[in-house]
Amino acid sequence: MDILNKTVEEVASIARSGEVSVKEIAEQTINAIKQKDSKIKAFVHIDFDAVIKRSEELDAKKDKSGVLFGVPVAIKDNMNMKDTETTAGSKILSGYISPYDATVVEKLKNAGALIVGKTNMDEFAMGSSTENSAFFNTHNPVKPEYVPGGSSGGSAAAVKANEAIASLGSDTGGSIREPAAFCGVTGLKPTYGRVSRYGLIAFASSLDQIGPFGKTVKDTAIMLNAIAGFDPRDETSVQTEKEDFTELLGKDIKGKKIGVIKEVRDFELQEEVKNSFNDTVKALQNAGAIIEEVSIPHLKYALPVYYIIAPAEASANLARFDGVRYGLKVEGKDLRETYEKTRTEGFGTEVKRRILIGTFTLSAGYYDAYYLKASKVRRLISNDFEKAFSKVDALILPTTSTTAFKLGSITNPLQMYMNDIFTIPISLAGLPAISIPSGKDKKGLPIGMQLVGKWLAEKELLQIAYAVEQELGGKNGI
Amino acid sequence: MEYKPTIGLEIHVQLATKTKIFCGCSTEFGAEPNTNVCPVCLGLPGALPVLNEKVVEYGTKLGLALNMHINKTSTFYRKNYFYPDLPKGYQITQYSIPIASEGFLEVKTSKSKKKIRILRGHIEEDSGKSIHTGDITESEYSYIDFNRSGVPLMEIVTYPDIETAEEAYEFLVLLRKTVRYLGVSSGDMEKGALRCDVNISVSKGETLGTKVEIKNLNSFRSVRRALEFEINRQIETLKKGGKIVQETRHLDERTGETKPMRTKEELNDYRYFPEPDLPPLILTDEYIEKIKETIPELPNEKEERFVKEYGISEDYAHEITASIEVAEYFEEAAKLTGKPKEVSNYLMVNIMKFINENGKNIKEITFGAKEFKELLDLIDSKTISKNIAKSVLEESLSSGKTPSQIVEEKGLKQITDTGEIEKVIDEVIKENPKPVSQYLNGKKQVMGFLIGQIMKKTKGKANPKIASKILIEKLNALK
Repeated sequence: MDILNKTVEEVASIARSGEVSVKEIAEQTINAIKQKDSKIKAFVHIDFDAVIKRSEELDAKKDKSGVLFGVPVAIKDNMNMKDTETTAGSKILSGYISPYDATVVEKLKNAGALIVGKTNMDEFAMGSSTENSAFFNTHNPVKPEYVPGGSSGGSAAAVKANEAIASLGSDTGGSIREPAAFCGVTGLKPTYGRVSRYGLIAFASSLDQIGPFGKTVKDTAIMLNAIAGFDPRDETSVQTEKEDFTELLGKDIKGKKIGVIKEVRDFELQEEVKNSFNDTVKALQNAGAIIEEVSIPHLKYALPVYYIIAPAEASANLARFDGVRYGLKVEGKDLRETYEKTRTEGFGTEVKRRILIGTFTLSAGYYDAYYLKASKVRRLISNDFEKAFSKVDALILPTTSTTAFKLGSITNPLQMYMNDIFTIPISLAGLPAISIPSGKDKKGLPIGMQLVGKWLAEKELLQIAYAVEQELGGKNGI
Repeated sequence: MEYKPTIGLEIHVQLATKTKIFCGCSTEFGAEPNTNVCPVCLGLPGALPVLNEKVVEYGTKLGLALNMHINKTSTFYRKNYFYPDLPKGYQITQYSIPIASEGFLEVKTSKSKKKIRILRGHIEEDSGKSIHTGDITESEYSYIDFNRSGVPLMEIVTYPDIETAEEAYEFLVLLRKTVRYLGVSSGDMEKGALRCDVNISVSKGETLGTKVEIKNLNSFRSVRRALEFEINRQIETLKKGGKIVQETRHLDERTGETKPMRTKEELNDYRYFPEPDLPPLILTDEYIEKIKETIPELPNEKEERFVKEYGISEDYAHEITASIEVAEYFEEAAKLTGKPKEVSNYLMVNIMKFINENGKNIKEITFGAKEFKELLDLIDSKTISKNIAKSVLEESLSSGKTPSQIVEEKGLKQITDTGEIEKVIDEVIKENPKPVSQYLNGKKQVMGFLIGQIMKKTKGKANPKIASKILIEKLNALK
């Protein structure tokens, strides 16, 4: 039985029944990785012996009730896993073995998941193509000369290539949704605070959020069930009642109001993306939803606001990588030179660029004009969304304005930043959003549509996404 | 016109919580290096801070005790700078809105009483500690102990209201008393639980002079010495037509001189910005009220009350209230015996001496209020003299026996039997013909010697009043 083309639910039930042992699932997964990953390069750290050992432990377990029992799950390399190399795609952490488990890793383990390995990513999650990984490029499983998107490119590619059933990524300005769109998988960025960040190597703390990739909406919902919840170790995690995110899947969405953002029209879209957007709107209408136009007047400020706030936070978050306690250390003649050499060698160009931007915008005399102003505009953007959500239940917009681009084709950082133009505003507002496959362009590259939900309304968001997925179903061969 | 110093203090008070400010590690002092550490206080990638509620409680308490306003919403910031003992590359501290602002302490000096205003009190985390083998310039390695990393601090910043080294000293003494009364800090400067930086300038007119900072003063005496030296240095420099350089200096403990720090002077830009890992700290009125109710009578209040209520001297009241344990000890004994003045005397002279000499704590001695009453009753009933009482007290302090036990065992009961005393006096007169004749010739001073002889023979047990009355009678009869 080929396990790897199955869904989370299917694999868990097969493993639970004992029809296929977890060890066998592990072996199939390892074979798939061995076969495919030399070309895709989704994984950056993987220890097959450890995977086998974990599978045996799972087989020995009496309690097989975990929602992810025996399900091979890959995790992005910025999540700490005890006794495992954790590098966040950076040379500065090369060889760093984490002494502790991130909360999500603990939760995956508790849910019975078979954690397969760490996936490739843009260094410290800064990038939109995974080309900023200090180690190597990851290839889009649909067309290997194309990027998988980023920064969670490895996690998206692993699912698309059937090297794992599901995976975890992190999304700061689009790092789950954009690679999901580029690879043709489903990626969910939960509400900020829905999933604990404890153990996630921080890029921009006020924006970072962990979320799942899956083949289907339901897979991401089950994954969210496993990882969501208040964590006393993360003060920004939200106190909520336990919810079942699959509860509303399949319930009809008749009468749901879906907003189309007027200002999105100001941006140029690739022809096929535009068509796919229209198709998706039609699919929503077919399912009984009502489409309304809403306005996010400050939408165009989202990108500049993001590129002030995120680098500012990053400049502080990355200060700990100084060669003193762990990670790369390049000795200089004195302390200062040791810092300089370590960080010069340890960080890549994009990371350095953002540290410099952040350091500059926080400097005395500039703080008010940049960071403080950006924080205020961020508030305005949030308010815009709040207003829109007083009228509608969800929003629809393309995840990206284009499909995936060729490896090495974008060298201008500003052009690269434009990839996240539709995902960043939602991150600034802290809202949940999901990217689902909605079609393909002429070259056969996947297109992704983004649905945005109300604050903490993942259940309803997933319900709507599921309905769209069903409507689009056969047509796109998903 | 005279030069006038302007001094402000920045004091770090280590809050005596059991665990650190943002993680569950122990704050125990003196543990093996790097044993009280975890991913959070080591700044490992991915770790996040969680605010310790006890720190908020202590910070609020101290703020209130320093007559400060408690801000119902305060925020945490990141203060960014690179240093090996700062594991995250930033310190989490409060910046624009601290937990407490605008307060004062009223400080007494030999000359006056004065309100020293306090600008702010903010809570923050301590850094680790760099350790060098020998001198920093010669040490081959720097070692870092992160046990201190994340230990909670409250930084108290005064207005530049202080004008003398004595005022600065007294402010610190009162602050230490206050934190100890509240139980929010040990206040031990030697253990780094109180650390003081001072800012000082001198000027003749309204315009302030150039400010010099003196850092890392680790004892009350150092603060005083550093200020005395620095005030003098600045005035002398200006008088000679020199200029004060804005700089950071440190005190050379050996010579008592302040010297410029050898570190490179850089203009530090800490790039403060709101800590995204911690939401604003919000306190309710009810919470603040609840904390207010837990604040005990503070040192100044207690001191004034002791003078008023018990009629003891201001100096004694000041010294007794220096420690809440001593103050409580005094009050219990004063109440039970009804003789506060006597209690204050024996306490400050004999008991404190015993405690200091034996390195004891007032709580460790067995001589309590009950024993105090016993002792004073023995004097009252003329069973023992005041002289004997002192030795009984000392014996009781060191042996732990009760005063009556000691009097009994050693037969120290005062002799009031006139017949017995007369017998001794007769002997003394007989054995000392020379002093006796001197007395009879009008040299009254020999009385003391003769009384001394009587006491010697009775081992101090003769009632001195009765003895001297009989002696005078007997001597007069010889005339």
